[in-house]
Amino acid sequence: MNKAIITVVGKDTVGIIARVCGYLAENHVNILDISQTIVQEYFNMMMIVDVNRLEKPFEEMVDDLEKIGEGIGVRIHCQKEEIFTAMHRI
Amino acid sequence: MINIFEVNETNQMIERENLDVRTITMGISLLECCDSDLDALNEKIYRRVTTQARNLVATGEAISRDFGIPIVNKRISVTPVALIGGCACRKPEDFVTIARTLDRAAQDVGVNFIGGYSALVSKGMTQADENLIRSIPQALAETEKVCSSVNVGSTKTGLNMDAVRLMGEIVKETAEATKERDSLGCAKLVVFCNAPDDNPFMAGAFHGVTEADAVINVGVSGPGVVKEALKAARGQNFEVLCETIKKTAFKITRVGQLVAQEASKRLGVPFGIIDLSLAPTPAVGDSVAEILEEIGLEKVGAPGTTAALAMLNDQVKKGGVMASSYVGGLSGAFIPVSEDQGMIDAVTVGALTIEKLEAMTCVCSVGLDMIAIPGDTSAGTIAGIIADEAAIGMVNQKTTAVRLIPVIGKGVGETAEFGGLLGYAPVIPVNRYSCEGFVNRGGRIPAPIHSFKN
Repeated sequence: MNKAIITVVGKDTVGIIARVCGYLAENHVNILDISQTIVQEYFNMMMIVDVNRLEKPFEEMVDDLEKIGEGIGVRIHCQKEEIFTAMHRI
Repeated sequence: MINIFEVNETNQMIERENLDVRTITMGISLLECCDSDLDALNEKIYRRVTTQARNLVATGEAISRDFGIPIVNKRISVTPVALIGGCACRKPEDFVTIARTLDRAAQDVGVNFIGGYSALVSKGMTQADENLIRSIPQALAETEKVCSSVNVGSTKTGLNMDAVRLMGEIVKETAEATKERDSLGCAKLVVFCNAPDDNPFMAGAFHGVTEADAVINVGVSGPGVVKEALKAARGQNFEVLCETIKKTAFKITRVGQLVAQEASKRLGVPFGIIDLSLAPTPAVGDSVAEILEEIGLEKVGAPGTTAALAMLNDQVKKGGVMASSYVGGLSGAFIPVSEDQGMIDAVTVGALTIEKLEAMTCVCSVGLDMIAIPGDTSAGTIAGIIADEAAIGMVNQKTTAVRLIPVIGKGVGETAEFGGLLGYAPVIPVNRYSCEGFVNRGGRIPAPIHSFKN
């Protein structure tokens, strides 16, 4: 498995998850876990995904998601999981 | 599995607290380039550097994109040029051609600095060493990306006072040669005692002769992250304070370790070390001085500064050492005046003096760094300051360095502008009493008694 973390932060609006999930499905990215909170109308979501079957370069997916975020007025980051495990797990 | 709070913490460090990897530095050995013909030597050096480092910048950028962590600088360090140029260079001007070659190679592979225009003269100078040293002013004035360093002493060898005196003159000449740019050349010149072979940070990086053909060394950063973490420990005792710094340093260093391993794997070059130094930038919130102020000093330079810095430096190491398999380089908090907004402010209001900075260098790396002094300071006085700093390194078995900028045409109260990561600095007063009689004696200061451990 080759995991990545997608985070979405911004003002809550209809269809954020749908838009992101649609893109992931098209690109054969499997969602392993989703957690989401709304703090003072701010949408804060984290997804753990498996990018093993992703057909394009990972960097391209990072760019695509960033653009989707700009389109709906939220910030979307996609990072390989290792940076988080390195920092938070011994 | 990783949770949302951990993910948010990491991303907040990157987005709001200036967490970054300060540099991926590729060390490249030039020993194979030696040639008695100057043109052939230059050609070999150009080819060696541009071949070995051709993918360095692109790889750094790809890693940065994959993990979402900025990697600010991609750099190269090479074998001290005095060793490589010795058989071809008969005069200082010959060495300048190598500086131009290194500059061109750095330009062509896209790195922002190349270090190693260096000589190691801690005990004595060969003719080649001296020629290289005498070429430094012209070399730094005629190139953009070349960084130079000279090691004038060590705990094992003592201090080469002939080299110290010469470096006083060279710093002054370098300042003169770049006076129309606020003596910027001096920002690219470091005088060391106990210089490490694997330092990834400029301007003092070189690829030591104890190293392999090529190696990847990484310098992490993150003063802003430490400062933010310490806000949560306000009013708490030292135990809580120290634990907070240690945990934060661990997290920062792990990111560096990850990037270093990844770079090593993708470039096919062995991983060398992580340098744990907390490296500030002129950006607000990315300052070592602000950490010290968060710990409880009104301004850096106030009584208590040295103790606070000693504690900070030690805790950063304790946290960082566990996070990385190999730690090396300088590994300590940097206190460059012009590159740290908190330091600049403290100098401007008179809280921080060069004497207090000297005291601070006893407990942290790396030395009197990026300090603008009056342009009319004599070469003898600069040599005296270098000798003091080198003595601290020699006796305490640590690296110390001097990167002073005598700003030609400017005096106390004026400001020198260097631009970019090098920042700006108010000109700081220097003790006006002479030390000529001391530095002109010539010869060596013997190694201290505690260096005889065999």
